[in-house]
Amino acid sequence: MRQQLEGSQAVAEAVARCRPQVVAAYPITPQTHIIERLAQNVADGELAAEFISAESEFAAASIVLGAVAAGSRAFTASASQGLLLMTEVLFNIAGLRLPVVMVCANRAVSAPINIFSDHQDSMALRDTGWIQLYVESNQEALDTVIQAYRIAERCELPVMVCMDGFLLTHTFEPVELPEQDAVDAFLPAFRFARSLDPARPLTLGGGSEPDNYQEYRAAQHRDLLAALGEIEGANEDYAHSFGRAFGNGLLDPYRLDDAETVLLTLGSVSGAARDAVDRLRERGEPVGLLRLRCFRPFPAEALVAALAGARRIVVFEKALGVGAGGIVATELRAALHHAGWDATVGRGAMVESFVGGLGGRDVTAEIIASLFRDTAGSGMDCRFVGLNEGDDQ
Amino acid sequence: MNASEKKGALHEIRFHGRGGQGAVSAAALLSLAAFDDGFEAQAFPKFGSERRGAPVEAYVRISNRPIRSHTQVYQPDAVIVQDSTLLRSEPVTDGLAERGLMILNAEQCPEEAGSDGRRWLCVSADRISEDLLGRPLPNTVLLGALAAATGWVKLAALEQAIGSHLQRKGEKVVEANIAALREGHRVAQQQFQQQEPAS
Repeated sequence: MRQQLEGSQAVAEAVARCRPQVVAAYPITPQTHIIERLAQNVADGELAAEFISAESEFAAASIVLGAVAAGSRAFTASASQGLLLMTEVLFNIAGLRLPVVMVCANRAVSAPINIFSDHQDSMALRDTGWIQLYVESNQEALDTVIQAYRIAERCELPVMVCMDGFLLTHTFEPVELPEQDAVDAFLPAFRFARSLDPARPLTLGGGSEPDNYQEYRAAQHRDLLAALGEIEGANEDYAHSFGRAFGNGLLDPYRLDDAETVLLTLGSVSGAARDAVDRLRERGEPVGLLRLRCFRPFPAEALVAALAGARRIVVFEKALGVGAGGIVATELRAALHHAGWDATVGRGAMVESFVGGLGGRDVTAEIIASLFRDTAGSGMDCRFVGLNEGDDQ
Repeated sequence: MNASEKKGALHEIRFHGRGGQGAVSAAALLSLAAFDDGFEAQAFPKFGSERRGAPVEAYVRISNRPIRSHTQVYQPDAVIVQDSTLLRSEPVTDGLAERGLMILNAEQCPEEAGSDGRRWLCVSADRISEDLLGRPLPNTVLLGALAAATGWVKLAALEQAIGSHLQRKGEKVVEANIAALREGHRVAQQQFQQQEPAS
């Protein structure tokens, strides 16, 4: 059924169709509407879940950790400072291999305090061991939540669905809501082999000594990388069941054939980027877009393959490795370097790193079009897009 | 390429209001009505940390094609200003099309209205909403005026949108807002009949 819904409502509808048994959260803009809607669903008797208003985000994350450890399907959502307050627990959830699904309503991080969207919050958590999927539209947010439970439960790894705060969470746009039967068929009931059960005692989260800690971490790394296949598979099977796919699940290419300059970006700005690519293509400029949907695990091989024909690669990202440069650009350079690309011997494209849209600065198709023409330079450092005159000194 | 093709949307509308006046809800209602009329539609707000009385903007796009961009509206075809004091503090006419429509919540249009070729429509939305809703909530009155002035959405679709969007607030609130919508529509029609037929 196609409906005009706010992004937060669309996500809540998707979560409800996944039949979580526990929803725990603490409100923070711009995540709040998702949780409000789920609380309403529970209060109205439409969703048979335990809804827990936690006293902090740390508690909310701890509650879903416990719920999933006890064998329940669970959901939480947060953003910005709230997400960062969860940090310790998010590392634990990943290390304990618990298939928690959460939505991050991407928002800038203090200071200065700012409620608007960028990707700094979830990017700061890239080493927690969570799968991170960045979505472009409310349809994709909704569909990705459903995929996320399947990926999480098959891999026994947590998944964070990252959707731009306000730009998606507060935007009304049409979405196709899947039927409950179809979601049930795609996502079977959660059966957790390691669930805590007094009748079958086991230890979850025991200590580890120097002689085996490293092995746990290596196994976690290996299994997170192995999740790439499950993410692709979920996207493919979802397309089969619901008729919608997002690239191959890892990368979403747009007009990439014979593109000489390729823009790589993440999230909702990809919509304006598609408009920009269309306009430049009308003028005969060979440009294309590659949207990075899956940031963790990092799809290095898929990126190298997708960019094989590019002469110039432009990365635009809404987050910053302060004191280093663009985060995605840096990782992409490492992937290309590893694959034998080297700009100095002319075997590969330069990666130019743009950072912008921070703290909710609007990024239009015109701005995106300008990135295809401007250069960010070949250095490691990034170039900021659209800085106010005189403020960059 | 005409302006609407360039923008990728048939109509773009920008709302200016103050926190608590319902500009965000008005944009949502307009998108719901346009969707109900068979269009692709998008609505979203821009507001700071929740502060009642602070300036708020909201945007709507209505199109025949899927809307991919999630950027703000810079070249609106219509602007709705829910508080006339915003004329002094906010750049409300920025980017408004040359023959664009300006709908203002005011008893009378300001003297400069219309001198730039734009169509001004001034509606006593505070007074009408106080009469019908018991407090000044101008948003649905001004939506009725927009429907009358442009025909971009049907009055019936707006009524249905109010019915579904405000359902939780109860039947009385829904009925009062539909009455406010219809009064805004009637007053705007009357004004346009006095001036010129709507284009």
